[in-house]
Amino acid sequence: MSIDLKTVKHISKLSRISLDEEKAKKLETDLNSIFKWIEQLNELKTDNIEPLSSIVETKLRLRKDEIKSKNLREEILKNSPEENQDFFVVPKVVE
Amino acid sequence: MSNIIDLSLAELVSNIKNKKISSFETTTAFVDRSKKSKKLNSYNEDTFEIALEKAKQFDSNPDFNKKLPGIPMAVKDLFCTKNIKTTASSKILNNFIPTYESTVTDNLWNDGAILLGKLNCDEFAMGSSNETSYFGNVISPIDKDLVPGGSSGGSASALAAKLTPATIGTDTGGSIRQPASFTGTVGLKPTYGSCSRYGIVAFASSLDQAGPMTKNVEDAALLLEVMSSFDNKDSTSVDFKRPFYSKDLSKNIKGKKIGIPKEYRVDGMSQEIEKLWDDGKKYLKDCGAEIIDVSLPHTKFALPTYYIVAPAEASSNLARYDGVKYGFRTDGDNLIDMYEKTRSAGFGDEVKRRIMIGTYVLSSGYYDAYYLKAQKVRRLIKNDFNNVFQKVDAILTPSTPSSAFKIGDKSNDPVSMYLNDIFTVPVNLAGLPGISIPAGLDKKGYPLGLQIIGKSFDEQNILNIAYSMEDKINFKFNVKEWWMND
Repeated sequence: MSIDLKTVKHISKLSRISLDEEKAKKLETDLNSIFKWIEQLNELKTDNIEPLSSIVETKLRLRKDEIKSKNLREEILKNSPEENQDFFVVPKVVE
Repeated sequence: MSNIIDLSLAELVSNIKNKKISSFETTTAFVDRSKKSKKLNSYNEDTFEIALEKAKQFDSNPDFNKKLPGIPMAVKDLFCTKNIKTTASSKILNNFIPTYESTVTDNLWNDGAILLGKLNCDEFAMGSSNETSYFGNVISPIDKDLVPGGSSGGSASALAAKLTPATIGTDTGGSIRQPASFTGTVGLKPTYGSCSRYGIVAFASSLDQAGPMTKNVEDAALLLEVMSSFDNKDSTSVDFKRPFYSKDLSKNIKGKKIGIPKEYRVDGMSQEIEKLWDDGKKYLKDCGAEIIDVSLPHTKFALPTYYIVAPAEASSNLARYDGVKYGFRTDGDNLIDMYEKTRSAGFGDEVKRRIMIGTYVLSSGYYDAYYLKAQKVRRLIKNDFNNVFQKVDAILTPSTPSSAFKIGDKSNDPVSMYLNDIFTVPVNLAGLPGISIPAGLDKKGYPLGLQIIGKSFDEQNILNIAYSMEDKINFKFNVKEWWMND
């Protein structure tokens, strides 16, 4: 299965990474060579194999739903590129 | 006494405890040397002045019960350090100052260590040569054209150049063991769940582990002992009784069964690597261990599996860099435009490539064919190891298929760069501990490493095997100090 330029642009949209034409073409070449190499996985029959998503296969721990940290507003906002009156500022999203 | 910078971590600790040297003298020695070693580009950010101040404070009120009493240490710039810039060597985090501390570094400081600075690495730990860093590639102290390996390249370079007595890195597919192998140092990737991931900039969450990088095996045992802890803030942290690795270190490995996996004898493997591996077997026999041929049949599928799983997790983890809450922002016409421009300008090429791979394999219509398939193959790889560990106590392999390569040699061909991790990646996929120790030199005079892989949470065993082999190998390697300036 090969990846065409249209697909590269679609993935770039999904990834929220803008690409110029030159970069998109370069990525088309790179991704095709990488996926051609990845295709070797198809040699393996895996129909009845249970997928492994985490190596720690114990149940996740439960904890009480209680507040442990407080008054972090300043810390949370400290690294924001733009803030106003304790809010993160983004470009206008409603008309 | 030898020069401070030549001492091992354990020797420094004992000298400080015996009041033969002070923390200030020690810190001064490493600060001075680091200042003269800018050419290596191993530091992203230094905290020398704060470190010297803290060393003075330690000396005025020393606590010699600490495991790392007043020991200065630089760490990979992937660990969040409170109020100290943490960038993951990315433009997108170029101005990020964490308001919290990673658990692993917190453990170091609580046991007396002092931060020297943050060490360069591949951007978001994605790379095997430290060439993807936004702050430029790191140079190996071995040769000015040589990569130190990656992604913990700054850590390996700083350690080998004696700018820090020991250091810590992270390993997602070999990022501790490969640079250790390239620079003639020791690197240990612990079992998944041993060291907390809290406060480490995330790459691939089911694979990432922090671990020690040191001059010798004893130091690795000591540092792991300090780093490893159960942590409620990491949902995959495992609560097990952690041994005193350094205290229990032993050279008695008589009767241990060591597996040699035939699938690691890859096509085109150089004679030097073959010989290195054979020598390793001989040393183990000399120590009274038994060598057993084993098979890990799915080995060749580990890398393609990794290059689905790791980018998939990365694309999800790196979705948080959107120019809103922290980090770098490029303005745009609307919200989406701002996201796209920010991420386009903020990420480097390799990071973009991996986000794209990950987004593709998780996207509608391709999820089953790629991501689910990879998770199934990951199970087969894990089963291979489970089967082999019924018969043996540990596995011996080379750490890398070759010695360090030259800067620029592989940077244009992603697949050839990825192949560098062929012996290390299966260990991450199976969540196992692995240690790389220096074992010889190739004909160019560059270091080569051997890797010992253990059962889950059996770090003590692989440390003991490495400790015994270290003695037999008697690796002697001194870098010429070509990079120093006054």
